[in-house]
Amino acid sequence: MPPAGRRVLITGISSPLAGMLARALEEREDVAYLVGVDTHEPHHDLTRTEFVRADIRNPLVARVLTAAEIDTVIHLSTVAGPMEAGGRAQMKEQNVIGAMQLLAACQKAESLRTFVLKSSTAVYGSDYTDPGLFREDQTPREAPSSGFAKDATEVESYARSFGRRRKDATVTILRFANFLGERMDSAFSAFFNMPVVPTILGFDPRLQFCHEEDAVEVLRRAVVEDHPGIYNVSGPGVLYLSQCIRLAGRVPAPVPQPLVSAVAGLVRRTGRVDFSPEQLRFLQWGRVGDISKLTDTFGYEPKYSTREAFEDFVARRRISGLVNRDEVFRWERELYDFIQRKGQERFVAARRER
Amino acid sequence: MMADNTANVIDMEEQRAARSGERPRCQATTTRGDRCRNYAVEDGYCRIHAPEPPPSSRRDEPEHRPSGGIDLLEGLRDALGDDWLDELKDVASFLRRRLTGDYDVDEFGFDADLTEHVLVPLLRPLHRYYWRVGSSGAENIPDGAGMIVANHAGTLPADALMTRLDLFEHTGRHARELGADLVFRLPFVGELGRKTGATLAAGDDADRLLERGELVAVWPEGFKGIGKPFKDRYKLQRFGRGGFVATALRAQAPIIPTAIVGSEEIYPLLYNLKTIAKVFGLPYFPVTPQLLAFPFLGPVGLLPFPTKWFIEYGEPIDTSDYGPEAAEDPMVVFDLTDRVRETIQQMIYKNLMGRRSVFF
Repeated sequence: MPPAGRRVLITGISSPLAGMLARALEEREDVAYLVGVDTHEPHHDLTRTEFVRADIRNPLVARVLTAAEIDTVIHLSTVAGPMEAGGRAQMKEQNVIGAMQLLAACQKAESLRTFVLKSSTAVYGSDYTDPGLFREDQTPREAPSSGFAKDATEVESYARSFGRRRKDATVTILRFANFLGERMDSAFSAFFNMPVVPTILGFDPRLQFCHEEDAVEVLRRAVVEDHPGIYNVSGPGVLYLSQCIRLAGRVPAPVPQPLVSAVAGLVRRTGRVDFSPEQLRFLQWGRVGDISKLTDTFGYEPKYSTREAFEDFVARRRISGLVNRDEVFRWERELYDFIQRKGQERFVAARRER
Repeated sequence: MMADNTANVIDMEEQRAARSGERPRCQATTTRGDRCRNYAVEDGYCRIHAPEPPPSSRRDEPEHRPSGGIDLLEGLRDALGDDWLDELKDVASFLRRRLTGDYDVDEFGFDADLTEHVLVPLLRPLHRYYWRVGSSGAENIPDGAGMIVANHAGTLPADALMTRLDLFEHTGRHARELGADLVFRLPFVGELGRKTGATLAAGDDADRLLERGELVAVWPEGFKGIGKPFKDRYKLQRFGRGGFVATALRAQAPIIPTAIVGSEEIYPLLYNLKTIAKVFGLPYFPVTPQLLAFPFLGPVGLLPFPTKWFIEYGEPIDTSDYGPEAAEDPMVVFDLTDRVRETIQQMIYKNLMGRRSVFF
C-alpha cells in the first residue's frame, strides 16, 4: 500500500533553520505528517507540525518513529558551539551520542526511507596544506581532532554506516558552509556584529557563505526529491575575510599570531563570540568547498552567491559600519568633480592666453 | 561626455556658417533656455560655454605654465606628466573599490584588481629598469590552457615574479603559479601568494586551473633549485617526481619549457646555514654577499645584483599525443619530465653563451 504522503520527523525543531524548513514542508500537500523533536519549544509559528519535547537520546523518539510510521528523518540538531549546549562535554554527548541513538532508532524503524543529515564543511578542517577547493570525496590530511568538526565527522561516519546497513534507505549528507541570513545566528554573524573585527595579522582566509533561503531549499529538495550521497552546499564564489570586513564597513583589528589565543580568550570571556581553537584555525586558513556536485548532480543553483549572501546579511541586519559606503562614493565623486573643474579651468585659461 | 556628439554638430554648424558666409555663433543653450548669442571662438562654442576638451586633444595642447601661487595639482601634473588626471581617477576608483570591498576574487583567491593595480605597477620598474628583462618566444604561449615550466634559483623567488610580469606584459594573461605548501604557511607571503593567483602545487588545484583554460606556471626544482649554491648556478636540479607532467597529461595541455638567464646571480648563495634553517623550519638559510655587506652598507647592501635578464619561452611540447591515461604511466611521465628538463637545460646553455656579461 503506497503511503498517502510523506511522514517527516525533524530533530532540533527550535532552531530557526528547522522552523523555516518546517514551514516550507507544511505548505506541501504530499507531506502528510510533520513532527518536530527538541528539548525546548520552538518560537516560530507552525501550523500543523506536532512538537515532541524530548532529547534525541530519549527512547521516546524511537517510539514516535515507529508509532507515526515516519519515513523521513531530517537531523538538524547538531550544535556548533559549547555555548549552546552548556559545555563541551554536553555538546559532544548531544551531538555524537544523540546521533548514534537516533540512527539506531532509525535502523529499527521499518517505515524509514530517507535520512537527511545537516553537516558542515568544517569536516574538511582548516590548514595551509588544503587544496584550493574541497571535493566531497576529499578528506583533510589530518582529521579534525577537536570540537564541532570532530563531532560532525563522527556523526557523518555513523550516518554512512547506517546507509550501509539499511540499503533500502536514502542517506543524504549536506555539508553546509557558514550560514548567513536574517534569522539564523551563526558564529559568523556574531563575529560581524562586533565593532572591530579581530583578524590574524598576515593571514586572510577565503570564506564561503550559504544563504538561509538556499539552505532551506536544499534541505526541502533533499526530502521531496531523492538525492543519495554527500553534497557541499554554499553560494558560489568566495570572499576574503578582509573583503567581508570592508563590505560590512567594519574595521579590522589584526592580532599578531603569538597573541591570538590570549585575545581570543578575552573575547570569549565577554561572551560575545565563541572563539574555539578550530575557529581560530578557520580564521587563519579559511576553507572552500567545491559546489559543482550540488549544481550538477543535485541539480540546484543557489539563489545567492557567497557575496550576495553576505551583502544581504549586512543589509538585513542593518550592520552600519564605521566606514560608510555612501561617504566613500561621495568622496570619489567629489574628487572627480574637482578634477573636472580643474581641467576645465586650465583649458579656459590656456585659451585666454592664446 | 559631450565630446562624442559635439563633433557632428560642429561640422553641420560650420557648413551652415560657410554657406551663409557669417561668423558662427556659440551653439550652447543658456540657463534661461535661449540660444547663446556670443560668437563661437573654437569648436562651435564661445569662451564661456567651452566644453571640457576630450582627453586625446588635451595632449596636443601646448604646455600651460601656472601663472603663480602654489598649486598642488599643478605640481602633481609636472611630476606625473599629462595623463595624471586619468591616473588620479583610476587611483580614486581603486581606493573606493578597496575601501568598500567592491571587487571580485576567484575561488582560489586570485585578486586581479589588486594584482593589476598594485603589484604590476610596483614590479614594473624592476622588470624594465633594474633587471632589464628581455624575452623571446611569447608567441609560443597558447591562447588556452598551458603549463609554463622554468628554472628556479636566486635565493628569493624573484624569477617567478618576473616571469609572471613578463608574461602579463606580452600576453595580458596572468600565469597561475603553483607553490609549495611552505609558501602558504608563511604570514603575508601566503596571503599575497593567494591574492596574486598562486595556489598549492599538491592536490588537484592545477587540474582545475588547466580545465578552466588558465596558464599555469611551475618551478619543478622547488626549494632545491631556489636554494642551490652559487657554484651550481644554471645546473638544473632534479625535477621532483614529475607531478607537473602528469597534470599536463591529464589536462592534455601543452608544456612550454622556459629558460630564465640572469636570475641565478641576483643573490649568490655562498653557504647554507642548515642548523639555523632547521630552527626556523625553513628549507634553507642563505648566506649571500649581500648579507655580508649588510653591516657595512646597510639596507642598500641587501639589494639583489642588477643582472641583465633574458627569458626564453620555448616551443610548446604537445601532450595530446599521449592521451590522458598516460598520466598514470610512470614511464611516459619520467620520459617526458626528462625531455622537458633537457630542453630547458639546453635553452639555458644557449642563452648563457649568447650573453656578453652578467650585468649587460
